[in-house]
Parts: sequence; structure tokens; C-alpha cells
Amino acid sequence: MDWRQLWEICSAPDNVPIVGLIPLLFFYCYLAWKQARANDQLIGELETSPAMAKTHHRKTWPFRPGWQKEIHVWPFLLRMEFLAAMIVTIILMVWSITLSAPLEEPANPNLTMNPAKAPWYFLGLQEMLVYFDPWIAGVVMPTLIIVGLMAIPYIDTNPLGSGYYTWKQRKFSIGSFLFGFIVLWVAMIIIGTFIRGPGWQWFWPGQTWDHNRLIYEVNRDLPDLFGIGSNLGKAILGGIVVVGYYVLGGFIVHALFRRYNPKDYKRMSLLQYSIMQFFLLTMVALPLKMMLRLAWHIKYVWITPWFNV
Amino acid sequence: MPEENGNGKNGNGTRVGLLERVKAGVKEDVQSLKTDMPAKAKDQIEGLKDPTKTQLYTSIFRHKHDDTPRNRALGVLSNVFLHLHPAKINRDAVRYSFTWGMGGITFYLFIVLTFTGVLLMFYYHPTKVQAFRDVLYLEHDVPFGKLLRNMHRWAAHLMVIGVWLHMFRVFLTGSYKKPREFNWNIGVLLLVFTLLLSFTGYLLPDDQLGFWAVTVGTNMARATPGLGHEGPFGAQLGMTPYNDVRFGLLGGSIVDANALLRSYIWHCIGIPIVAAILMIVHFWRVRKDGGISGPAPVMLASEVKEKK
Repeated sequence: MDWRQLWEICSAPDNVPIVGLIPLLFFYCYLAWKQARANDQLIGELETSPAMAKTHHRKTWPFRPGWQKEIHVWPFLLRMEFLAAMIVTIILMVWSITLSAPLEEPANPNLTMNPAKAPWYFLGLQEMLVYFDPWIAGVVMPTLIIVGLMAIPYIDTNPLGSGYYTWKQRKFSIGSFLFGFIVLWVAMIIIGTFIRGPGWQWFWPGQTWDHNRLIYEVNRDLPDLFGIGSNLGKAILGGIVVVGYYVLGGFIVHALFRRYNPKDYKRMSLLQYSIMQFFLLTMVALPLKMMLRLAWHIKYVWITPWFNV
Repeated sequence: MPEENGNGKNGNGTRVGLLERVKAGVKEDVQSLKTDMPAKAKDQIEGLKDPTKTQLYTSIFRHKHDDTPRNRALGVLSNVFLHLHPAKINRDAVRYSFTWGMGGITFYLFIVLTFTGVLLMFYYHPTKVQAFRDVLYLEHDVPFGKLLRNMHRWAAHLMVIGVWLHMFRVFLTGSYKKPREFNWNIGVLLLVFTLLLSFTGYLLPDDQLGFWAVTVGTNMARATPGLGHEGPFGAQLGMTPYNDVRFGLLGGSIVDANALLRSYIWHCIGIPIVAAILMIVHFWRVRKDGGISGPAPVMLASEVKEKK
């Protein structure tokens, strides 16, 4: 266990935000979960007793008949905003006094940094470069992330859970978002920051970054496993596998979604349903491709003269 | 006709009269100084006891500041910086556990970044010769220069985290649902511009860290399908290192002086203007879409009215 190495990574000034982000995420997940649980409990109670549902004010916070439903922004909201601004300013000042922004040697195109890392918030994308060609990891994936995020309000047809925390009423959408945000985005950033060392090789936390380490890793392509040599054969096999994944995966998702989300399924139009399927399957494809690479050393699935997947 | 002239009733006494009148006048003036001035001074001091009634005050603040519902509402509505707020809000909407305050914190950090950024611009030249030296100068010679640079850097990182957490909260509370779909889209664009702002700033110190981060980042643009010279169908469409999308971003085929200048202009002018406009739309739409989404009363599955 190389504690010094671990400390060097964690205390690198530009890594400090990630070290801070992890407990923050835990805290806010807990905060959201606590409120979602309380709301779900209330929903459960109200569903079992229609009489109570008619009179209840439908929040978990106390409310008495004489109380006003609205309060003045001045001073009740403004003091919160003022307080928040002051606290942020204090945190920022203390942070800026105690920790200096990094400044390396002057830029030198002849001396490559090893590892050469993108800013921390893009390390998830850089980590994807291991598993995908740059045109997918660097261009297609970010575009899909942005378009996918923008599509969310138009493909989520569930009218429940608008304006309050809940889990029971929105299991599918919250589950998918947590998978995308925590697993695919934050966890990848953590891998890119703390695990990837010189040569973008895998170093466990506490393992010394050995700049001379060599890994003998023979990566194969999927067609090689089947002994297919011709370009045409490779292209056809890969095409079948990729298209097959979307068709078969789509069918599995369809079978599950129809059973466990019948109301959403009924509400969704064909366009909404296909967009949801496409983004969900593409999201799931990422960890699958990672597994192919890490466990079976398979580099490409689909090889064509113009692009490889 | 002198008789008719009011000043010349007594032709002979004009001179004497003038002197007399001046004397009398001065006497009157002195008398008025003695009596009026103390009275005015007294009034002035009396007036100072209630400064909110002075013309100066009322010209700035157009209503009283006492603790009445009317004035609490006016305090928000008649102030250009506060009028983005409604006068009244949902009594639970101020609960920190619901909102997390991340949208507001992000906006506050944007203001901090604008302020520190403008100050940093005083000391920075976006040229290969000077950029790195300017940062050294800033760190070692400019009073509070190091603090300024640190605040700018850490506020930028905090802003990225703030945007993510804001988005996370908005998702978990279902606040992107009808009628807020469009505002969620503006928010996604703001996320992209926040990341781009941070990324373009990364190169500006012109050190190894920024240089290689931007090299890694922009190398991906080479691989843009159809638009990059290494991307799928790029070569077939006539893309070379000297005319593809990466060339456009960097103003050259390598990260060099032009890339530094372009980065600087995007960072300090281009993106902040676009982001600020989107923020205006974002805040405006929050109000127009009915204020913040909650905390709303919970809805039961049995109450959903299905179409058809």
C-alpha cells in the first residue's frame, strides 16, 4: 500500500473537487432518499384511506388550518439566498487561501505529460476512449448525452412525481437517471482520476504509479474468435452483432417495460417509445463493451474499412 | 414721464433713497440670517431624524420599508435586482432540503467568476510570449493576485459541481415535467456552456497541464464523423488536418498562439454572452412556468386522468 501515492493523487489541486464531490453526492442522495421515503409512506397511507386523501394537505411537513399557504419572499426567501451567498463566499475564500491553483511548467509540445489528462469533468469521456474509438467516445457519445438529456421531458410520460421526491411512483425514470449519472458519469470520472496512471494503465488505489510498467495484453477483435479473416465477413458479422444487440435487447426491454410499467407503456407514442429504447440500450451498451474489453480483451466488435465499433 | 416711473417718484432723493434702501436691505438680510437660518437648521436636523422622508431617499426607494404586507411585496417588486422573484412563494419552497439551493449558488458563482475574471483580464495577455509570464507575475507580484486566480479556479470547479447537483435535484423532483420541458432544455444547454467555459479557461495559463488537456480534448475533434480528418468518412469527404473542424477550433493544426487567442475570446466574450442570455431565458421561464415546481402536494396514481 503506497499511501504517499494515494495522497499525491487525492491532494492534487485539480482532483480536490472530485474528492469533495463524492461526500456531497452521498449527502444529497441521502437527503433525497429520506424525503422520497417519507413521501412514499404518505402516498401509501393516502391510497389505503380515501377519506384521509380528501382532507390531507398532502405533504410530509406540518400544516395547520390557520396557516397561510404562501409566505413573503422578502424576507423569508431573500434571507436564505443571502445566507447561501455568504456561506459560499466563505468556503471559496478559505479554499482559495489554503489551496493554490495548479501551475505546471510552461507549455511544451515536445514533452508529453504522462498521464495527459483532460480536466476532471471530462475524464469520463477520456476513460471511454479505452473502449471506443475517438469518434464514438469523443463526438458521438457527448452528442448523445446532450440530446438524450434534452429528450427526457418529452419521453417521460408519467404525470406522477412532479414537484416532490418519490421513488415508488417513478422507479424506472429515477433508476435510469441514477444509472446514467452515478454509474456512467461520476464513476467513470472517478476511474479516470484515481485509477488511471501513466500510459492510462489501471493502477488500484494505493498502487505505485510505475512509469516503466508494461502490460502484455493481446487484444482481439470479435471476428477473430470466429476465425473470420475477410473484410466483408468482418463487416457482416459485426453488423449482425450490433444490430442483433439492439433488436434482442430491445425485445427484452419491451418484455420487461410492458409488464412492469404498463401505464407508461400505454401512454407512450411509437416515437417516444423507440427513442427511450434507443437511449436505454445505448447506455447499457457502454458497461457491456467495457466488460468485453476488460474481461475478454475484445477490442472491436464491428470492423469495416471506414469505422470500427 | 418720470412720475409714472415707480423708481423715480422723488427725483431728488434717488441717491439718498438708494443708499437707505441698500442699508435697510442689508439689515433685513442680516436679520433673516439670524432668524431663518437657525430655524432652517432646526428643520434640517429634525428632518435627519427620519431620513426615509428626504427627497434623496424617496427618489431611490419608492416606498416605505416598514413591516407591512404591502411593503414586503413592494420591496421585491420595485427592485430591479429582486423583481425576478415573485412577491410570495409556497411556504415550503424555502426549505433547503427540497431545493438544495444549487441553482442560485451556481448563478452566484457565475457572478463571482465574472468579477474575478474581469480583474484577471487586467493582468493577462493572450499571447504565447506573455501568457505564462503574466500568470507568474500575477501569482508573485500582483497584490492578492494569487488569491484572485485561486478564487477564479475554484469557483469554476464549484460551478460545475453546482450545475450537476442542480440538475440532479431537478430530475429527482420531476421538475422537468409539464410545463417545464422547455426550461429543462435551456438548462441542458447551460450545462454544456458551463463545461465549455471551464474547458476554454483551462488552456489560458499556457502551462503543461492546460496544453495537454486541451490537446487531448481537441484531438477528439479530429475524429468527428464526416468533419474530422481521422473520423469515419472524413477523408472521403476531403478532410485534412488543415481544413477540418479541429482546425477551425484551434485556428491551426496544433495547439499554439491562435488556439490561445481563440480560447481567450471564447472564454471571456463569446460563451459568457451566450450563457448570460440563456440564463435570462432560464430564470424568466422559471417564473412563466409557474415558479419553482414544489414542494407540491403528492399525487396519487388513482387520480391520474388518462387520455381517451
